Amino acid sequence: MSLLDIKDLKVRVEDREILRGINLELNPGEVHSIMGPNGSGKSTLAQVLARRETYQITGGTVTFDGKDLLAMKPEEAACEGLFLAFQYPVEIPGISNAYFLRSALNAIRKHRGQDEMDAMDFLPMLRQKLKLLDMDDKLLNRSVNEAFSGGEKKRNEILQMAVLEPKLCILDETDSGLDIDALRIVADGVNAMRSPDRAMLVVTHYQRLLNYIVPDRVHVLVDGRIVRSGGPELAHELEDKGYAAYGASTGA
Amino acid sequence: MASAAQAIARYAESFGGFEKSAASRELAWLNKLRREGFARFSEAGFPTARNEDWRFTNVSAIAQTSFHLARNGHALPSAASLAPFAIPGVDTRLVFVDGRFAPGLSSAGQLPRGVTVGSLADEIARNPGAVENHLGRYLNQQRDAFAALNTAFLEDGAYVHVPKGVVLENPVSILFVSTERAEPTVTYPRNLIAMEENAQATIAEDYVSLGAGQAFCNSVTELVAGDHAVVSHYMIEREHTGAYNVSTLRIQQGRAADVSSHSVLLGGALVRNNVHPVLGGEGGECLINGLFIGDGRQHLDNYMLVEHASPHCGSRQFYNGILDGRAHGVFHGRIVVHKDAQKTDAKQTNRNLLLSDSAQIDTKPQLEIYADDVKCTHGATIGQIEESSLFYLRSRGIDEATARRLLLVAFASECIDRMKEGPVRAHIENLIHDHAQRLAQASIGRAS
Repeated sequence: MSLLDIKDLKVRVEDREILRGINLELNPGEVHSIMGPNGSGKSTLAQVLARRETYQITGGTVTFDGKDLLAMKPEEAACEGLFLAFQYPVEIPGISNAYFLRSALNAIRKHRGQDEMDAMDFLPMLRQKLKLLDMDDKLLNRSVNEAFSGGEKKRNEILQMAVLEPKLCILDETDSGLDIDALRIVADGVNAMRSPDRAMLVVTHYQRLLNYIVPDRVHVLVDGRIVRSGGPELAHELEDKGYAAYGASTGA
Repeated sequence: MASAAQAIARYAESFGGFEKSAASRELAWLNKLRREGFARFSEAGFPTARNEDWRFTNVSAIAQTSFHLARNGHALPSAASLAPFAIPGVDTRLVFVDGRFAPGLSSAGQLPRGVTVGSLADEIARNPGAVENHLGRYLNQQRDAFAALNTAFLEDGAYVHVPKGVVLENPVSILFVSTERAEPTVTYPRNLIAMEENAQATIAEDYVSLGAGQAFCNSVTELVAGDHAVVSHYMIEREHTGAYNVSTLRIQQGRAADVSSHSVLLGGALVRNNVHPVLGGEGGECLINGLFIGDGRQHLDNYMLVEHASPHCGSRQFYNGILDGRAHGVFHGRIVVHKDAQKTDAKQTNRNLLLSDSAQIDTKPQLEIYADDVKCTHGATIGQIEESSLFYLRSRGIDEATARRLLLVAFASECIDRMKEGPVRAHIENLIHDHAQRLAQASIGRAS
């Protein structure tokens, strides 16, 4: 059974049609990439899958792990195993990173019928994952993303992913704003989470990230439609020739 | 207006009766103080919207109610009924029931030598001279009819005296309980906190209700901080949502004295909290930290007047408000810098979170600066819960009610983080967590 099955998904915001009939299927163990020019609807797709309510669904269905994803609230989708690594993670002053992550993990564990983790068990586990992402312990007591550099914010997204162990990881332009070293660390973190039970959807504008997180399939999204799908070599072709061949409008 | 004159006539009658049986009425200076208080009140009457300091707050609900003095013997509540209000970790506790000291429900705890913590009425009877030196010396009754009224009817409240150099490590808690009585009842707690040079203490006033009787509490606290004294004062208002509460904290600071005033307004139908520090000695520091959370039809009015009367003093004023339902919050932040108060450094910030379309905040800074070498800043923000923050939390599995609660607590934590670590701060943290939970739950249940 596929993990994610998107059929003819149509989404609009106010009076603009952003997604015009998306079809996409992901099986466990697969890594797919969605590439496209600015304004193609990449982030919209990511956010709609994560159930952000500011978008209007005008058609289509999405089945996630056999269940109706579009009927779920954001917290339900997360508890079912969907995770979105944001392109622009928000800062939340007054809530510490450690407290936030433990609350999230326990909400998901509760949904899975597992016991809550107390601080004594949680902190050592968290510290170990911090090390893998080359992040400082001190960040734990700081507020969520507060005064984090761009790179630290992106690594914090991957840290959360590592702690929450989702079934489907959606990475929304995880490479934007990262230098080559930060990119490597993030990519290593993501690759370490590849598994036969887990699928990943890597949304990106540039091909560079895909040198490190090599996808099984690449889809080209232009003006709200997937216009071409292929193997990893499609990414290199886009790098060389750009999106013009697919009738991409030059607007950003 | 007819009803304004009627109100004053009612109080005059009440005052006449009160004078005849008031405690320590044989003291001439005390009688004079009370009479002058009443004269001021008579002259001014209850404030109306034409009074600039009361522009956003209508007190007619108080003015038009016939309140009775809570004088005669009424059964005291049991210790068990007051146990839920106790602050864990605090052993020194004064309990006042309907304005009267209840020694049987109070405990002295461990007090260093020379420290007095007890009833003001007792202290007036025992040491009238010592009390006369401070009582009523600082309050400006000209500007405030409620403070004048409190002075007219003053009889009891808390008395705290810390001698030179003594550090009171453990906080002092003062619990004011309003019980449910047959008729609408008014109480006038009068507190006097006298801190000598280099003395240190933490004092928490906590206003609570047993039952939901019609009650009006009009309290005044005069806090005198000698040179180099360090004081943390807390005022927690958590009476039932039909109660009226007007409180005035008048602070007088000596050289290099460091005073923090924290107010937390959670309960009451109509609440007005006045904080008036005067930085009377060089190098003084004053922190005014206020948090108010309103729902339903609550009206929470925060009035603050910081007077820089001496050079090289610093003041920081932070007020955070959270308003839901049809609640109305007010913040009026006045800073007066006197002519010789050079090198004043004053900073004022009011941040407000509106959780519903009907919630309302009026925020008004007012700076009067008569010196020419000063730093004074002020700012206010009005916002709502960020949808992007809410979504971020929910996208990690946290349900909406919990996510809202976390964000409300995070906002309130700005205020809590300014309180020194200790039992009083922990107590307030718990109160805020519970309050935020109720608010968050209620907002999910309502259409937004």
